[in-house]
Amino acid sequence: MSTTAQTPAQTSSKPVRRPGDRIFAGLSTASGILILTTLVGVAGFLLWQAWPAITADPSEVRGGQGLLYYIGPLVYGTLVAAVIALLIAFPLSIGIALFISHYAPRRLAQALGYIVDLLAAVPSVVFGLWGVSVIGPMMLGIQAWSVDNLAFLPFIGGPASPKSMLVTGTVLAIMILPIMTAVNREVFLQTPRLHEEASLALGATRWEMIQQAVIPFGRSGVISGAMLGLGRALGETMAVAIILSISARYTPIITSPANPGTIAADIALQFPEAPTGPPLATLVASGLVLFCVTLIVNMTARWIVSRRAEFSGAN
Amino acid sequence: MTTTQTRPARKPLPPRPLFDDDSSGIKSGRITRVQHVGIVVGSAVAAALLLTAFSVLGPFALFVTTALVYLLGVYGVARAVEGRRHATDRVVTGLVTTFFLIALAPLVSVVWTVVSRGLARFDVEFFTWSMRGVLGEGGGAYHAIMGTLIITGITTLLSVPIGIFAAIYLVEYGGRGRLARALTFFVDVMTGIPSIVAGLFAVALFTLFLGPGIRMGIIGSVALMVLMIPVVVRSTEEMLRLVPNELREASYALGVPKWLTISKVVLPTAAAGIATGVTLAIARVIGETAPLLVTVGTTTGLNINPFEGRMQTLPVFAYYSYATPGIPREAFIERMWASVLTLILIVMTLNIVARLISKFFAPKTGR
Amino acid sequence: MSKLIEVKDLNIYYGDFLAVEDVTMTIEPKSVTALIGPSGCGKSTFLRSLNRMHEVIPGAYVTGDVTMDGENLYGRYVDPVSVRRRIGMVFQRPNPFPTMSIKENVLAGVKLNNRRLNKSDSEELVESSLRGANLWEEVKDRLDKPGSSLSGGQQQRLCIARTIAVKPEVVLMDEPCSALDPISTLAIEDLMTDLKDDYTIVIVTHNMQQAARVSDRTGFFNIAGTGKPGKLIEFDDTEKIFSNPSNKATEDYVSGRFG
Repeated sequence: MSTTAQTPAQTSSKPVRRPGDRIFAGLSTASGILILTTLVGVAGFLLWQAWPAITADPSEVRGGQGLLYYIGPLVYGTLVAAVIALLIAFPLSIGIALFISHYAPRRLAQALGYIVDLLAAVPSVVFGLWGVSVIGPMMLGIQAWSVDNLAFLPFIGGPASPKSMLVTGTVLAIMILPIMTAVNREVFLQTPRLHEEASLALGATRWEMIQQAVIPFGRSGVISGAMLGLGRALGETMAVAIILSISARYTPIITSPANPGTIAADIALQFPEAPTGPPLATLVASGLVLFCVTLIVNMTARWIVSRRAEFSGAN
Repeated sequence: MTTTQTRPARKPLPPRPLFDDDSSGIKSGRITRVQHVGIVVGSAVAAALLLTAFSVLGPFALFVTTALVYLLGVYGVARAVEGRRHATDRVVTGLVTTFFLIALAPLVSVVWTVVSRGLARFDVEFFTWSMRGVLGEGGGAYHAIMGTLIITGITTLLSVPIGIFAAIYLVEYGGRGRLARALTFFVDVMTGIPSIVAGLFAVALFTLFLGPGIRMGIIGSVALMVLMIPVVVRSTEEMLRLVPNELREASYALGVPKWLTISKVVLPTAAAGIATGVTLAIARVIGETAPLLVTVGTTTGLNINPFEGRMQTLPVFAYYSYATPGIPREAFIERMWASVLTLILIVMTLNIVARLISKFFAPKTGR
Repeated sequence: MSKLIEVKDLNIYYGDFLAVEDVTMTIEPKSVTALIGPSGCGKSTFLRSLNRMHEVIPGAYVTGDVTMDGENLYGRYVDPVSVRRRIGMVFQRPNPFPTMSIKENVLAGVKLNNRRLNKSDSEELVESSLRGANLWEEVKDRLDKPGSSLSGGQQQRLCIARTIAVKPEVVLMDEPCSALDPISTLAIEDLMTDLKDDYTIVIVTHNMQQAARVSDRTGFFNIAGTGKPGKLIEFDDTEKIFSNPSNKATEDYVSGRFG
């Protein structure tokens, strides 16, 4: 937005184009085109490899009852796990980011931001192995209590399991928390001092100042952070493959060991068996579905961000 | 002095009761620091008693209950003493602090778990041996460490320049053109590409050229590039957009060519942010397991040639040690934790290096 | 609504650094007081200490007294939030909230204090505040447009409207015209003359002509050298400061012979 006055057309209308400028512009444009080509390649190759499964006789597809029968529960499981993760991580990430940016003493804040960065760097396989050996056993108690006392809720049911959807979602939440927090913290810190002081000078308390100046300024950043988090939760493979116990198709219950799988975990668990023909194509087809789901999520988020552009804080 | 100027009649201001707390004074009840500490301690005691009554144990439960009791308590007291707005402010402060402390718990737990269980096999043999010919105890992850470093290194070398140049295109050259808008949009889409899908893509790509069933390091690097480039582009783009236009204009006004303006003014200003973004990007890919599972596979011996044959990588090594342990199981689980500890140490070292780079090259800012 | 402010032995610190030393002055109600002086002399810092905005910066604090109609602003049970509501502030660069419309900007401060402001009251308040800031005629047809769509001078008047909408007793202005063109500057200066019917105004300015034009009293701040604290050198009627100052440094500064 800031560079509307510098379109290539205007640049080239200058009488002299230096070689340096030409090389720089060329490299930049080429990189952009390469990225677009790659993305088209991803979609194209997936479709090409998945085609045998889409056209195959239902009995030849993995599971023997057609593509939808196979992929449906996986889509459902993927969404449930990601939604649980986002519901837990979203408020936490905003709170933590605000604590670091606006509540903690300044010297401490830098160190705290650094700690969150380190947490962001912990690989997913580590979270998976940690989740299955620490979080699962730890959450067994509260899940058992819920099964005993809250069974009237449609999503609570026994027997309580350390490998339930809730445990998986919680670990996913912890995994997406750092990346969301890092993004939120950055945008909160960038709130113009001018706007913060405007609010304080009107007699706002700290929280009111945050509502007036910080949150509106950071809103699109917070959304893009949540988007990153959701994308990661949807596609997160190893933690789910390690933690989740998979033995059901559709179920609303998130506390028991009978859960639908997720697309990503299913591919990771099945692919090393190196199937061929329609069964392999089935896995790729489910990958294509996962790709489309993340596409829809990103497009929605993008639309929200662009809708806020008119009121954008940067000018 | 009074004004004699005539101007349109001013509407009378609305009568005074404009504010909820219509005291015209500036003093109000205040909770002092000491009283506040009292509320915190009181909450902890109340929470401990409550938990004892219900015979629940555990530090986490105690912490959460304390926080809940405190939030209710401080709201009540502040509402009575300081008024609604300050009470809300105090609750939010408490809530935000609680959230932060909750977030620290998994970090402490992960580090404690990994270090305490990883140290058992964190020995010389672990770093100098591969798993070739090792059936039970002993052996190491030398081959996996080399594989991870090679594959991630290639990925980073290829991704960072492409990502930064693409971001430069977006911010400095693309303007509002069709290509730039498409690129912005699809980089967002790519950010959301699940790692396993990137793996499938790389497999399909190389199947086209080399036939089915091929596993080698470079395929893994291509898969990781698909994951890394968009992260680099997005973070770099955000940082470049934060560079004030005044800086660019000042440089143009001095007759500095555009490419020099970008490389000498814009990029250095954004360098710290870009380094942070690249760090996050490396951190994201170095621990990736799923795409390597389907592209690079697994092997027990050392292979440092990314263009031929299967390679072992640390995360895959850890996963298979857990998923398909041999006998005795204990030896495999110990190697798993040791490799996880190694992986985390590599990641942290990278982080610290990037942090130092950004610290020494960042321009001084007001914040 | 306007009030008398008395400053006594005020020292202002940033951490260990003493920025302004030992200021004592009386600011009369319903008047414009101008603070002039070279860059870095502490006049803005001093201004910010009058409504406790100074302490927003980590590590900053003051010693001494600032009283408004006898009440010490730095007293024990004083709430800085209510101090700032009663002593409003306009900043160097116009800073309307970018995500809010013109109308929401005007009401931003009021909404903090009153959750149940009804529609007619708020419309009336928006109009009276914008009229008070001489902006109503220019924006009355586009109250729902973002505040950032206005010109710089209009934005600054919007900020003034936002400040007076909360009915402060005192309005502090920190170089309100330094980012504006001459015509907008003139509009703001006219506005100050109008506003002093209702408010006590303190303005920091780099522009001596402006101080001479708009103010009744003028204070001259100076600094002995880099790293030394700023001090109030002379405080008197504007006419006296600009025609017959009693201090040599003041005379050098106002006559342009400074340094």
